[in-house]
Amino acid sequence: MGKKLLLYIALSLLAVIFVMPFLWMLSTSLKADQQIFTMPPVWIPETLVWSNYARVFEVMPFFTYFYNSTVITGLTIIGSLLSGSLVAYAFGCLEWRGRDTLFLLVLATMMLPMQVTMIPVFVLFKDLGWLNTIKPLTVPAFFGGAAFNIFLLRQFFKTIPQSLIDAARIDGCSELRIWWSIVMPLAKPALATVAIMTFMFTWNDFLGPLIYLSEQSQATLALGLASLVGQHQTDWSMLMAASLLMMLPIMLLFFFFQRFFIQGFTMSGIKE
Amino acid sequence: MFVSPWIIGFLIFGLYPMVMSFYYSLTRYDVLRLPQYIGLQNYQNLLFNDPDFWISIWNTMFYTGVRVPLAIILSLLLAVLVNQAVRGVRFFRTVFFIPSIVTGVVLSVLWMWMFNPQYGLINSSLAALGIMGPLWLQSPDWSKPAMIIMSLWSVGGPRMLVFLAALQNIPGQLYEAIELDGGGWWAKFRHVTLPSLSPVIFLWGILEVIGSFQVFVEAYVMTEGGPLNSTLFYNLYLYRRAFDDFEMGYASAMAWILLVLTLVVTIVQIRLSKKWVHYG
Repeated sequence: MGKKLLLYIALSLLAVIFVMPFLWMLSTSLKADQQIFTMPPVWIPETLVWSNYARVFEVMPFFTYFYNSTVITGLTIIGSLLSGSLVAYAFGCLEWRGRDTLFLLVLATMMLPMQVTMIPVFVLFKDLGWLNTIKPLTVPAFFGGAAFNIFLLRQFFKTIPQSLIDAARIDGCSELRIWWSIVMPLAKPALATVAIMTFMFTWNDFLGPLIYLSEQSQATLALGLASLVGQHQTDWSMLMAASLLMMLPIMLLFFFFQRFFIQGFTMSGIKE
Repeated sequence: MFVSPWIIGFLIFGLYPMVMSFYYSLTRYDVLRLPQYIGLQNYQNLLFNDPDFWISIWNTMFYTGVRVPLAIILSLLLAVLVNQAVRGVRFFRTVFFIPSIVTGVVLSVLWMWMFNPQYGLINSSLAALGIMGPLWLQSPDWSKPAMIIMSLWSVGGPRMLVFLAALQNIPGQLYEAIELDGGGWWAKFRHVTLPSLSPVIFLWGILEVIGSFQVFVEAYVMTEGGPLNSTLFYNLYLYRRAFDDFEMGYASAMAWILLVLTLVVTIVQIRLSKKWVHYG
């Protein structure tokens, strides 16, 4: 019994430590200035200052950024799902020569630091006249996207009974049809996982937009928030409000689709 | 035929840039004019005439060397803790996981405020205990540790979940055998848990090192590489050379050094793993 109690105490203490920064963030975002700079800190604001949130919309074109982030993220997810699953289908469900060698190559690209390809790809997009458009950030997703997605989807596709696919082939289904009408519906959990992970990565991506989008009208939330830091160094209540707003979609996604987060990571980690 | 999107993608966004990047690394190139071949001069300058390059290597090695072992040990401990069969343990798993979904700029801005030397949560908590906290991000000695602490907030994330799944795969008989031999929890941990988990620990060790070599956003947003270059990480320096100074050739040489460095470290890890990783 004593051991169990000790365990609960340890778990609760840790939980408090992990949650503190969130509460700190929320509390700061609702405080008046004079309450932010007090010692010792106050946790519950005297009055809830919602105008801190209103200030976010004054100091940056929040909706423009939000729209840009949404479009880029949406297109990246669609591209990753379509091309990633098509490629994964070839690796997981079809027999062909050189398949395993090529798959090793896919895995090897995961190890490649992106800095090695970053500069020539930048030059390429610049020559195409794609700077300050969302194309450099979204088009690559339609060509297979992140190697990790292909890997994850292939692992899942391999668990689909081969007999199901063979039966469809005998009935005269084209491979494209099998991929779209049989494999894709069965793979919904894996697709959801890829969609969520792509969302998280793209929504928070900073380096990509930083390199390709230099005009304010094109900027994403991540860029907008980063530039706020420079301009409003000490306006912590507004900065915390802005951070919370940017984080909100990811938080909502997490609470509604928790199991896909957890499933994806465990699935990818166990089967090497 | 179905792989063609990937093959095209690989050729355009993988192979071609890699070849070009190596070519650029042998040139002087500012994007506006054509690349000018200069042989190995970029590499020579980096290795022998550029103190900032060595500072960025040292900063990145320090960050990686301290962060990766700590992150793995703490994730492992946390996984053991939430692997206990007690009521409500699922709730704690969720709570520990949530910080890991906060990344990038939001994470950086939040922790800039956390680390505020006067009014931040960390120093005011320390003050309550009668400890005078350091200047954190404004101190050359504490800026790297601060960023490491920040990154440890997410130890309950994917890594912990993978460790947890691996823990649950360990057959109970193994522990019973130790009990029969009269071993306590330490013997169990040392002779069953660690060996069983070693392949997963090894895999994550490699991934985390590669990830840590790439650290960028934190330093760009929180400190701009300072104070006194103490957070000038490799990729921040590379970015500046490429996109502030438009020295694409020089930056490409840096990218290739990073690639070689990553490969060497990974190979060393694989070599060492033969001594401690058990594939059951």
